[in-house]
Amino acid sequence: MNKRMTINTRKKKMSYAKWGYILLVPFFVIFILFQLIPLLQTFKYSFYEYYSIGLQEIGPNWVGFANYVKIFQGSILKYAGNTLILWILCIIPQMTVSLLLAVWFTDIRLHLKGTWFFKTVIYMPNLVMAAAFGMLFQMLFAANGPVVDMLMDSGWITETFHIGQSVWGTRWVIALMNFLMWFGNTTILLMAGVMGIDTTVYEAATIDGSGAFKTFFHITMPLLMPIFIYVVITSLIGGVQLFDVAQIFTSGSGAVDGSSKTLMMYLYKLIGTSRNYGEAGAVSVVLFLLTATLSFIVFAFTQKSGKLSKKEKKIMKEIELKEASKNGTSC
Amino acid sequence: MEQVAKPNEMNIEIDNSAKISNGLLIGRRTIVYIILVFLAVMCILPFYILIVNCTRSNFSIQQGFSFTFGDYFGSNWSILFSDSNIPMARAILNSLFISTCTAVLTVYFSSLTAFAFHQYRFKFRTFLYTFMLLIMMVPTTISSLGLLTLCAQYGLMDSYIPLIIPAIASPITVFYMKQYLDSVMPKSLVEAARVDGAGELRIFHEIVLPVLKPAIAVQFIFSFVGSWNNYFFPALIIQSTSNKTIPLIVAGLQASDPTTFDLGKVYMLMTVAIIPLLIMYLILSKFIIKGVTLGSVKG
Repeated sequence: MNKRMTINTRKKKMSYAKWGYILLVPFFVIFILFQLIPLLQTFKYSFYEYYSIGLQEIGPNWVGFANYVKIFQGSILKYAGNTLILWILCIIPQMTVSLLLAVWFTDIRLHLKGTWFFKTVIYMPNLVMAAAFGMLFQMLFAANGPVVDMLMDSGWITETFHIGQSVWGTRWVIALMNFLMWFGNTTILLMAGVMGIDTTVYEAATIDGSGAFKTFFHITMPLLMPIFIYVVITSLIGGVQLFDVAQIFTSGSGAVDGSSKTLMMYLYKLIGTSRNYGEAGAVSVVLFLLTATLSFIVFAFTQKSGKLSKKEKKIMKEIELKEASKNGTSC
Repeated sequence: MEQVAKPNEMNIEIDNSAKISNGLLIGRRTIVYIILVFLAVMCILPFYILIVNCTRSNFSIQQGFSFTFGDYFGSNWSILFSDSNIPMARAILNSLFISTCTAVLTVYFSSLTAFAFHQYRFKFRTFLYTFMLLIMMVPTTISSLGLLTLCAQYGLMDSYIPLIIPAIASPITVFYMKQYLDSVMPKSLVEAARVDGAGELRIFHEIVLPVLKPAIAVQFIFSFVGSWNNYFFPALIIQSTSNKTIPLIVAGLQASDPTTFDLGKVYMLMTVAIIPLLIMYLILSKFIIKGVTLGSVKG
């Protein structure tokens, strides 16, 4: 009798397990059809000569690594460099400002008022359509636009200027747009990190007479380091995908000599305009390897982070969620 | 998230602080407020200029910038919506349709997938979940080329299917939902429902979905916004003017000659593209910013 009952319950448990597979079917079917097969297809084309001239389609013909050779002899390294420059121009001020804000917002002694208002305002640009934001800045910085107007009225400049004709002008404005879109987001992530630090450490430091600077450099920063690095890497993954703002702001041209052309803009041009699927495939594979490596670092960081405390791990998961839930580009 | 000084900590502060450090604190606080106000102005100013300019005529915008509102809002509005080259009303409907479908599919199927990972102990559970975490960070734009050529093969160009259906497999949302379920959903709840004779799907719809409601709301907003703002892939797949979404209309302005621009109309177009979402954000901001750390608050 007893034996029979155990067998019955075991049978029941087994039959529930099958529901796990059933409920996963939609996810994995769609994943395979719309992500995995397309990805493999992309890999495949990277080894084929496959492009269109006018209405004539050439290929696909197997050419081995020819596409890779071509893109590396071409401009891919330059565009990778541009992407990196744009990311650095943005990430340095972004991390600095976000770190300061995160510390200030959580500083008990400072006891700021209206933090909710500031948090709401600085997070706001994050939800704006990047394409429209790029367009807006193109209008704002136009030769007869409001920014030039204001600078001339205040006597800072005497002549109108075309920001699109300046290599570093364009780069700085793109970085500024990205900064505005992402520093609020980063602030909220880092705040979660700062708030995860044991408050008794701060109390002890205050009693010992540690000032704001000392506390920051000797307590906050070292304890925040893992989370700080984590945020920087995930932001690099986003930075590699920089597209919308740069594309629209420079009208797809990438400014002077393509000096602000990013990897994604290059890919977009290969697929959309020149219809060179072979080279586009090779660029996609390079991008895949790049982001996959970075992702794997992040993954390893969160998974076997034996050195990290439970709390840190939790915060990192949180940050991962946050970054991820935006599924767009970040700088 | 709000930090409120507790009486205890205030005492420590008073015990410890001489008059000098109090003065320093006030000085620091002033500097901090100045920086905060500066940053806030930087965030608001572009949108302020946008809204001001959408109420001014083309002529007055070209005359120079002004901080005061004009009275051309109505006229700019009607110029924009009556322009036959810019199917604005249609684009809004298209964007609303795509974003709503995407958001609904994302939250429903992500909840379902998260429930499967949370509830059942099947053979490849850990393997599949780890696999999902691994692919989570790899951007989908990388497979755009393959997806595009497949769509061309199967007659799905200029269709909304490749824009909407992939939302069913959204690893990020699944991850969020699973974290949430892990922290709030006791397994005994499901067991109890089983004893009452409920089927697995019914348990999902009548117990799990209501439990997930706060997480669903947050993810609905994020996936709606993500789809609303999406530009890269739709720009490759959509071909006919009547199927265009708002970002494509905005980008389409680039193709036209800037000297013939009616600036009032262009600013109005950007206002329509940006401001409704910002208003929605301002209404829900408390909820959105808190939602980010939802999983941890409950855990």
